[in-house]
Parts: sequence; C-alpha cells; structure tokens
Amino acid sequence: MRQRVVITGMGWITPLGDDIEQVWKKMLEGAHGVGTTTLFNATTFPTHFSAEIKSFSLENYLGKDAEKHADASRNAKFALAAADNAWKNAGLDLWTALDPSRVGVYLGGGEGPVDFENFVAAAVAGMHAGKENNTGRLDGAAWGKVAMKRLNHICELEQEPNMAAGHMAVQFNAAGPNMNTLTACAASTQAIGEATSIIRRGDADVILSGGTHSMIHPLGVTGFNRLTALSTRNDAPEKASRPFDRTRDGFVLGEGSGIVVLESLDHATERGAKMLGEIIGYGSTADAFRVTDIHEEGRGPIAAMNIAFNEAGLKPQDINYISAHGTSTSENDKIETRSIRSVFGEHAANIPISSIKSMIGHLIAAAGAVELIVCLLSIRDGVVPPTINYGETDPVCDLDYVPNKSRKTPVRHALSNSFGFGGQNDTLIVTKYE
Amino acid sequence: MTSPQQHSGPQQHSGPQQHSGSQRSSERRVVITGLGVASPIGIGAEAFWDALMAGQSGIAPIAAFDASTLPASIGGELPPHKITDYVPRTYRKSVKLMSRDIAIALVAAHEACKDARLPTKCMIDRKVLEGDTIDPTRFGANIGAGLICPDLDELGAAFITAADEDKNFDLNRWGSEGMSNLTPLWLLKFLPNMLACHVTIVHDAQAFSNTITCAEASSHLAIGEAFRNIARGAMDVCICGGAECKTNPMGVARSALKNRLVTSSDVSPEEACRPFATDHADPSMGGTIASEGGGLVILESLEHAQNRGARIYAELSGFGAACNTQSWSTPDPTGAPLVLAIQNAIKDAQISAADIDLVGTFGCGVVEQDKAEMAALNSVFAGDKSSQTGRPGRSAIAIKGAVGNNGAGSGALDFCATVLALYNNTIPPSSNTEPHGETMPFAFATDQPIDARVQNAVSVAYALGGGQNAALIIKRYSEQQA
Repeated sequence: MRQRVVITGMGWITPLGDDIEQVWKKMLEGAHGVGTTTLFNATTFPTHFSAEIKSFSLENYLGKDAEKHADASRNAKFALAAADNAWKNAGLDLWTALDPSRVGVYLGGGEGPVDFENFVAAAVAGMHAGKENNTGRLDGAAWGKVAMKRLNHICELEQEPNMAAGHMAVQFNAAGPNMNTLTACAASTQAIGEATSIIRRGDADVILSGGTHSMIHPLGVTGFNRLTALSTRNDAPEKASRPFDRTRDGFVLGEGSGIVVLESLDHATERGAKMLGEIIGYGSTADAFRVTDIHEEGRGPIAAMNIAFNEAGLKPQDINYISAHGTSTSENDKIETRSIRSVFGEHAANIPISSIKSMIGHLIAAAGAVELIVCLLSIRDGVVPPTINYGETDPVCDLDYVPNKSRKTPVRHALSNSFGFGGQNDTLIVTKYE
Repeated sequence: MTSPQQHSGPQQHSGPQQHSGSQRSSERRVVITGLGVASPIGIGAEAFWDALMAGQSGIAPIAAFDASTLPASIGGELPPHKITDYVPRTYRKSVKLMSRDIAIALVAAHEACKDARLPTKCMIDRKVLEGDTIDPTRFGANIGAGLICPDLDELGAAFITAADEDKNFDLNRWGSEGMSNLTPLWLLKFLPNMLACHVTIVHDAQAFSNTITCAEASSHLAIGEAFRNIARGAMDVCICGGAECKTNPMGVARSALKNRLVTSSDVSPEEACRPFATDHADPSMGGTIASEGGGLVILESLEHAQNRGARIYAELSGFGAACNTQSWSTPDPTGAPLVLAIQNAIKDAQISAADIDLVGTFGCGVVEQDKAEMAALNSVFAGDKSSQTGRPGRSAIAIKGAVGNNGAGSGALDFCATVLALYNNTIPPSSNTEPHGETMPFAFATDQPIDARVQNAVSVAYALGGGQNAALIIKRYSEQQA
C-alpha cells in the first residue's frame, strides 16, 4: 500500500545564485558566496562577513503575483521564489489536473528577521524608564507606549515561522496538509523526511518541501557570535568556512532557501514527470544529552543514520556520497566524523564526504534542503562537489572530504545529514530513481 | 529490514479516498495514556478538570509586567509554581537557560509522565516512580512551539549598554561592546526546538523528535504527526503537544497589534473572552485573551500501553490537516480549510460525521475566526443524521473563556479537555460560551456539566495567522477494534 516517493522538481535561492545548473557549476568549480555583510553594518561585530543573497527581487520569479506577497518577510520571499522554480522544474505549472486538497506544504522555515530598529527603540525606552525607577527591570508601561507606536502588525505577523508555508499555500493553491518545523539547523531535512512519510502513507500526492531562513540581521548574528559559533576570520572571509580543516574556527552564516517537489510515484508517473531521485530513508533523533554540548560519542547522529538505513533497506557500504552537515565548527565536524566512522566502520574512509557549507555558508533551517538538492545533482551527473578551503588535516577528522576539487564518481545512493542546536539529528537517504 | 521495493512496490493507481481509509487498518493502534496540563486554571490534569467543572476562570490583570499602556492588560497566567519542582535536582542549574516557554513545557512534561505513570528518567530521578526506565530509543518528542518572545529585561539591559549620549541605541557600540553584556548562551533560550531539547534531556527521549511551529495549530499537528510515527512503528511512546507564553510584553503587544485581543475595559476579566459570541455591540468586546500554558500528552502504541498495564484514556483514531489557500492573514469565511481537515480526520478514523458525539472547538473569541469555525462545523455536521433530527445529543466544549489563548499550546489544552470529557463521561461547562443566534449542530454545557457517554470526539485547531488547520479524532477505548 505504501507509496514510493520521488522528487520531481527542485529550486533554490543560494548565495551562489538561483539557477540550479549555474549554481551547481559554480559549486563544482569550488566557488564561494561569502563576503562583507551588507544587510546591516557589522563592522564592529566579532564577525563582519556572511553569505548573503544579493539583489533579490521576488518579481523576477512571480511577476505580477509578487505584489500580493510584498509584505512577506525576507525568508518567506526566498521560499516563494525557490518554490516557484521547483514547481516549474516539475512541470506542475503545465499540469491542470491537480487536486488542490492533495497538494501540501511541509517547510523547515525560520522565523522572519526581527523589526530590529523599532524593537530596540522600545526596549531601550523601557529599560531607561526602569533605571529611573530604580527597578533595574524593563518598565512595561514605558515600553508599551513606544512599542505600540513603532511596532507594526504586518511585520510582527510575517515574522511567525509558519508564514512562509502559508504564503506558499496561497501561491500554489495547496489546500492539503501544511506544516512548518523549526528544529534549528536540521529543520529542512526534517521537513523533507516527514513530508515523505505523509505521501508514502497516501495522505497527499504532492508536497512542496524544504526550508528557508535568513538570520543575517543584528540579533541573529549577535546570538551566534555570543555562542562563539561563527568564524571570526575577518581578514579572509572567503576562506573562513573550512569544514573538517584543522584550523576551522566556526561557521559562516548564510541565507537562502531550497525547495523540492515531493510526489507519489503513482502521481508522478501518471503525469509523465521526470524523476530526479527517490527518498528511501529518513531518521530523526534527539541527543537527549546536554543543552550546550553534542553527545561525545555521537549517539544521536549515529541513531539517526541507522534508522534511515533501516528504512531504506540499505547497508552503509551501499552509500556512494555523504553530504555532511559539516558546519566548520570544532565540535560538529569532529563528532560528525566520529559518528560516520561508527556507522560506516571500515567503509567510512572509502566514501566521499563533502560540505557545501564551505562555499555557501550555513543556511540554518534551509541548509538541509539545499544539500539534498546537491545529492540529487551528484546522482544525476556522477560528480560530487568539493569541500573548499581545506588545507590541514585534523587528526580527529580523518575521512575523505573531497578536498578543494570536485570529483567524478558514480553515485547511486547518497546520504545527507543535518544536526541542530539542542541535539536534533536528521538523516535522509536519496537514491537514483530506477 | 525491508527493501524499498518490497514495502512500496508498483501498484495500480488508486484515488485519494482509497489511500487513507485502508492505511489505518494496517497500522498499529495508538492510545492516549497521559495528560500533562499547565494552564491558568490549574497545573495537572486533575486540577485542570476540577477547575473546568467548577467553571473557574484563569483570566486576571497581568501580573508579570506593567501592561497598563498596552491596549489589553488582562491575561491568563499560570498559578504560582516552582520550575525546580518539575526537573531533577541535578538539572536545577539549567533553569537559567530557560525561557518561560521552555519552563512551561517542562512542567507539562512532568505532569504528563506522572499522569501516565510512565517511568521516564525524570520520574525515576525525582522518585515519582520506581523501577526501570522505558527504552529511550523508542521514546520520542513532538512539541509545538511559538515564536518565543525575548526576555526584554535581559535584552534591554544589554541594549542600554550600547546607547549613545542621547540614550539612543548605537549599533556600532552594540557590536564592539554592548553585546558582550548578553549571556553567551542567550540564543539558546529562544530557539523553538529548545522546548523539545530540555524535555528530551530530562526525560531521556531519544527517538523521533520534532518541533512544529504553526502558531495555534502546532499542538494538533504535533500530536497528529506523533500519532502517525507511532502507528507506522517509528517509535512506541511519544510526548507531544505544545507550549507557549504570550503573557509577556512582546506577546501581548503582538496579539494587540494583530487586533486579536479584547480591549474593552467595561467587562470583568473572567467574562472578557466569549467564544462564538459574534454579535458584540461594541467591537472592542470581541477578541481573545493572551495567556500562557501548554499541554503535553503521552501517546503510546496500544501494545506498549498494555504491556506496562497503563491506564488508557482513549484511542487516537484519526488525524487530518489542511490549509487556507485564500489568505495567510484572515480566515476563509466559509471555513473550507477546517472542513477539509475534519473530513480527512473522519475518513482516517473510518467513521462518519454522524458518529461524532463531542466537538472540542477552538473558539478563541476573535469574531471572524469564530465565525469561520462555526461555518466549518455547521458544514461538516449539518448533513448528518443527528442534526436532521435536531438531536441535542452532540455536545461541544470551548475552554478559552477560562484559559485564554497561549498560541502553540492552546490546542493541546483543548485536546486534553476533550479527552477528559470523553473519559469522564461528562461535558464540562464552557465558560462565557453562549453563541448568539447561531444554529449549531451541537450544544455547549453553559452553567452545569452534562452527563454524556461519548463514543467519538473531534478536537480542532487552526493558526490565527498562517492558514494551517488540523483535526484529531478521539475514540472511546475498547480492547476490540470496532
């Protein structure tokens, strides 16, 4: 009874561009999308750089329809654009027999950027009043006066993490199941995994899935800088994201969206869709260990990969490529390597592993979806992208990370990992459609 | 292990209707064995139920901060409690890493496991239960969360260290020195998945974990997804639902800006939120109340529950979800998305609308939302047998008159109330719920509880913004599958 689930469309908005083929070509050349942060003045922040989407306009994708989404937050607009590309890539714009009640959305969408200037103005006013009253706390009354004057109802609504999925439901007439997960950096991998389960069970025929996020704003960068999670290599931003390299010092914050069209095999076959791959395995676990540290043995990632293997009916040696979470933080890369070693055993060293975060930074909630698309392209073209900026071997990261140069190699089965703050682990296994 | 070909081989195309109905029978049954409630009218399922039965209100002037200059200054806050009573002694130092939303989730989680007599790590550590813990690798979490409001005392105190001579915030000064006054782990209080992070650590739940962030629909979607994942065998037990705190400055301001709150001062707090009263002479009387709280429930495979001799409240027998395609900011006045969600859930449960004896409404008091919901419920139930005979035998519950709307945890409170009503054979009174001039395919208990033997109940929820809708079918438990 269970439906096989295929991918029939893909679209992305990345710091290297928005066109699937052009971005893919750049990745294979080892290009990067990192530069000085321009979305706000970050020159005095510990980190001055990021991987931004430049000169984005929703009109370029949706034409006149862009107007009705004019108030959407930056991340929701990314999602609409990537979804539009995926939708057309799947040929759904030309398919008139869709039943809207069988079309869903499952996004790993981040919250929209905070209305920073007005938010701060109210907080500062409230705090100064509190100081004058010698409470040392925010004076709610003083805060409220400024907040109600300066904050805007549309901006506050559009910040909600479920809004991108709501905009997509309207734009693509998707009346079926609509969900948003926000499991930090694992969100879009999780979304695609759960969406696959929905179609597999027969509760929808088509689901637009993936993720979208933009945390390149003062509060986002503050949060990550305080956690010392970001690279501070301000003298060489383009070399800052160096997953698995011994000298890695944190991740590079990116933004963007990756969206895939997931479809039941029956539905895709009926409309003669092109099959870009099949999702055959998904695992999700919690470390359930500590708020601040990853479990030293990689308990959660290991379990997530094993659950995915179990569902796929594959063994580790069947995997031809691993798209690593590979953030370029000291901890993640070490423990991810350890987890892969544990799951893959002697085969670990024979499997090419790369992290495209070396080129486009960390798209947070959107990262996993973009990385899954890379897996599909690797399967299609028999080539895997490099981990750039790789120079010095770290004794605790001793696998084949496809250093600096892409590599031609047949890929039938690929595995993609995503791990989130708070111990959230998700794994997808995708295979060539046969 | 099975290969993908084996479990999903080629088959003849079959219509959508055929898919879901037949799926249920090949899946494991899932039962509800624990209810963990953190609500303004009580902490714990028993206190919550007693307060509902007594018609108590949890709405009062907001105590957490001075809300006097906001358009609404009443809210539903939790009764006094100490978070350290809900986590193991060794975890007490982690309290400083918690936003209020996280703490509420931990309270609800503790209550849920205690109510289910589920020997999780926390239950054993705190000596609530004895014996061996359940298998953590088969125990998951699916906890809905909101857009967590930053703690403005903390953030504001850091912001003013970056103010210039005119007391204006200076971004350059923030980057160079101000931000260092913020605790390094600040961000970890406000990531939505940190509710699940803390709950899974304390209770040692290592299996499937998710954080649904779909505003007021979050709890239902989380419970529905957990139901599916247990049914298909991905885990045996799941703690699921949602929690959120809106009784803080940003929470109230956001709700007020979106025009969702009762702003009239001519009405007493406990009577302010009036679900389905859509005829207010004064528009400022319409709306909901910002509150805090949440509910986490324990779902188990029937087999797991039976093996440990668990008390079974009810069976979860259907789930459906749908979305508004007309607008992401206002409800579809026809209620079509909710109709589809309920119909999907009914189909999933392999029953018909006529089989539903109890409707757990969402009814938050926001006029246009209540109107759309009533339109949907009329549409679902209007054509069925019981309505044609005018049978008042179908009951309904609306609890937000008593507890307000906390956002992501609201649906879970509704769900808990509905499960308890079914289990206790009693429909509690719905505070302030006297729909005016509406024809309804059900009746609310207004002043006194009503005795009722409920076979099937539906609990519904939807995001006030975003368009997500969900419905869950709760069925009276019987060992034999009907």
